Amino acid sequence: MTTLEFKDVSKKYRVRGSGELLALDKVSFTLTSGQTIALVGQSGSGKSTIAKILTQLERVSSGDVLLDGTPIPTWGRPLRRYRQTVRMVFQDPFASLNPAHTIRHHIERPLRLDKVVPADQVEEEVFRLLTRVRLSPEQTIDRRPHELSGGQRQRVAIARALASRPALLIADEPVSMLDVSIRLEVLNLLAELQREANLGVLYITHDLATARHFSDEIMVLHHGKVVESGKADDVILRPQHAYTQALRNASPDPEKHFAAPTTTPGAIS
Amino acid sequence: MTFPNTVAAAVPAVPPAHTRRRGTLSRLGQTFAMFRNGKSIAGLAILGVFVLIAIFGDWIAPYGPLDKDFEALRQPPSLVHWLGTTHMGEDVLSQIIYGTRGVLVVGFTAGVIATIIAVAIGVTAGYVTGWRSESLSALTNVFLVIPGLPLIIIIASQYENPSLLLISSVLAITGWAWGGRVLRAQTMSLRNRDFIQAARANGEPLYRIIAVEMLPNLTAIIASSFVGTVIAAVLGLTTLAFIGVIPITNLNWGTILFWAQQNGAFPDFWWWYVPAGLCIALLGMALSLINFGIDEYVNPRLRSAGERARAMRKKGFKLSDTATAVRPRAVAPGLSADPGTSTDPGATNAGTK
Amino acid sequence: MRFFLRRAAFYAFTAWAAITINFFLPRMMKGDPVSAYLQKNQGRISPEAIASLRTLFGLDSNKSLLEQYIDYWQLLFSGDLGRSFSKGLAPVTDVIASAIPWTVGLVGIATVISFVVGTAIGAFIGWRRGSRADGIVPVATFFSTVPYFWMGLIAIAIFSTTLGWFPASHAYDKGTQPSFTLEFAGQVVMHGFLPALTLVIGSLGGWILGMRNMMITVLDEDYVTVAQAKGLRPARVLVNYAARNASLPQLSSFAMSLGFIVGGTLVMELVFSYPGAGKLLLDATTAKDYPLMQGLFLVITLTVLVANILADVAYAILDPRTRQMEA
Repeated sequence: MTTLEFKDVSKKYRVRGSGELLALDKVSFTLTSGQTIALVGQSGSGKSTIAKILTQLERVSSGDVLLDGTPIPTWGRPLRRYRQTVRMVFQDPFASLNPAHTIRHHIERPLRLDKVVPADQVEEEVFRLLTRVRLSPEQTIDRRPHELSGGQRQRVAIARALASRPALLIADEPVSMLDVSIRLEVLNLLAELQREANLGVLYITHDLATARHFSDEIMVLHHGKVVESGKADDVILRPQHAYTQALRNASPDPEKHFAAPTTTPGAIS
Repeated sequence: MTFPNTVAAAVPAVPPAHTRRRGTLSRLGQTFAMFRNGKSIAGLAILGVFVLIAIFGDWIAPYGPLDKDFEALRQPPSLVHWLGTTHMGEDVLSQIIYGTRGVLVVGFTAGVIATIIAVAIGVTAGYVTGWRSESLSALTNVFLVIPGLPLIIIIASQYENPSLLLISSVLAITGWAWGGRVLRAQTMSLRNRDFIQAARANGEPLYRIIAVEMLPNLTAIIASSFVGTVIAAVLGLTTLAFIGVIPITNLNWGTILFWAQQNGAFPDFWWWYVPAGLCIALLGMALSLINFGIDEYVNPRLRSAGERARAMRKKGFKLSDTATAVRPRAVAPGLSADPGTSTDPGATNAGTK
Repeated sequence: MRFFLRRAAFYAFTAWAAITINFFLPRMMKGDPVSAYLQKNQGRISPEAIASLRTLFGLDSNKSLLEQYIDYWQLLFSGDLGRSFSKGLAPVTDVIASAIPWTVGLVGIATVISFVVGTAIGAFIGWRRGSRADGIVPVATFFSTVPYFWMGLIAIAIFSTTLGWFPASHAYDKGTQPSFTLEFAGQVVMHGFLPALTLVIGSLGGWILGMRNMMITVLDEDYVTVAQAKGLRPARVLVNYAARNASLPQLSSFAMSLGFIVGGTLVMELVFSYPGAGKLLLDATTAKDYPLMQGLFLVITLTVLVANILADVAYAILDPRTRQMEA
């Protein structure tokens, strides 16, 4: 069982000309394996910053990020090992795969880099991973990304993320750039994989409906602050914070699952 | 809670025996896709002819370049001398053939050296950030601003008999900066792409990110910069030879023009000075065509621009017409006549109920 | 503001680099013709001239390199670039000053004409892509790789020697004194016509092709489609929307190619015996007139730098994004 903890994390960016931007303001949460947390908020709320910090593509300005109680390493071999444990699926399937390389290369690299299986079993493992994400290995393995559809590319991205057998997965708006008709399939797949491998998943999204159905807990982020968090149903059906209420009311829902709209003071900026 | 499952396909987990890795040849084919269009092929063909002439010059040329035929001084083109003779009775055609080697060797050597420098500095400058990137960029810009030819003239005039390698190196040092600047810009934009971020997040070491993930995406730019440098080097070399800064022991097309100028070939003995210049222009054009081919590969808009326009013209449209008139649809009963409604008659307004 | 400061810092750095390279250049070259010259002509040179020559060429072996470097800068600030061997020991600054205006005039006018005409033609061809106008592309390609000097020679052969329309060399008729009269101006134009024409035609191809490619890329952008859909006249879309945006990278590549343009002009002046800085440099090289060579290199480099700055300023003015950063 692996636990990842954000403790009072703040992140400042320096912006040319206009000083500093506070992207995260004392954000705290805990993610455990087997659990799915949805991170909800509009563009610019700080969701991607959290993802970047978790993958160490950015550093925190203040606060701690703890893996099983110890601060996550920032360089060298310990960082490599940390990176095996936490993997990410990116938002844009058209940009997250290298156009110059085959699908085989994309899945092989993490396998070889982290020595997940012995060298002579790599090919077999690539096949297994592709099969697991419901792609036909023979038909995709030697193709390049531009020959695949958005949904297929996202599946490859998922396979790549799972190659190193991580304990925690960050899914940064994994379906928001896919056709609506295949979003369900991909989210289903993620749910299945999560159950199978007992992953802890941080599901970043701005879509409340899937957040509710897919996750155990929901965290609402507004201007870098966590304004609400709790069990999924609670947050959706009984939102406490004005912003959450406004989010919920702004969401188009043909199934009419939400309660009657309330007028909100304070506009969404 | 899950959504209804789609039917999982039963697929074997073991790779079937008949699947092979696509070999190196196929990967090479992918890399050279940029050359697979009309312009590149034409350019490569012309270049190929010059390369053959350079390699087989000894066998093709009817005479040695300095063989003097005292019977035929300053002769216009004839069956004996296809491009006529110089003031000393030397065969112009043979001089051109032998001169090809000098031009191509120096041109390509300079191109290779310059491209290596440009890649090393440009890609590094694009990948690192902050003051490191800025200072490499400043270095590139300095070389860009300092005028090349005066510098080469001053340096070359120092040496009595500069070797081909020296000439190539000096041409390379004054010519790498353009490619370096372009490569820096490309690398910078590449660096922020998600797949590079993914490689970093997966823990790929720096040298692999640059060599394996980035460089294959930069091959077109590198090739284009290489070709451009060769063009510049060829022009630079022939110019230097024409001025007389490079000793005449290195025979190239510029040297022919130098001799022509010195020995009163202008304006009457056109066969002496016209072919050399035409060869320079032809070689330059071949290289430019290759570059156009690469450009069209990189920027698909260039490729299809002409074709689409021609296709539309066949249908009677001009591409620069103002937008085609929108004819209002036949109004279906029950709908408003406003052409601004969506095409789906069943659509309702989004929003809360 | 920061943007301009950064650019200014870059230019200061480049100027410093050029001057420093110039400082090291003669010291890296083998042989010491300057000392030999000084010894031969001892009685005829003033002590100040000797002193400045020694500083410029590193003959002060008893001073450290750093001291020589400082002396060098002081010399430059006092406007002293030494004495020219091949021009009767005239101050190098004077010799250069009499040649630079011809070069700047010829190159400046020819380049601007070439850039403007080439960009306009390229914009038009890009606009009319797929039509017969595309036939200009191979022609433009050919002319962009023809060496300037060769074209100059052909031009002389055709227009001057054979047809006799224009004089073949020099900037004005022999024996005439430069003056601000109309007649002199007429001579300048006649003599300058062929070199300018060669320069224009030689560089036209490059601008045409560059602009055409940019136009085609820009015309695919959505905002052009919107402009057309709004019902604007085609000419207006071409000029105000497409060409305006496509010409920014053109301006940028113009700045980058200034160093290359200088090279072409150099040889042009040789071919036409045009009394500019290029011919001066070549003459100096042949005569092994090191002070003049060194001075010319410095002046040419700084001139290219100034031209770069002007191009950058023009770019900054035209690109609204930089203006916005100011606000």
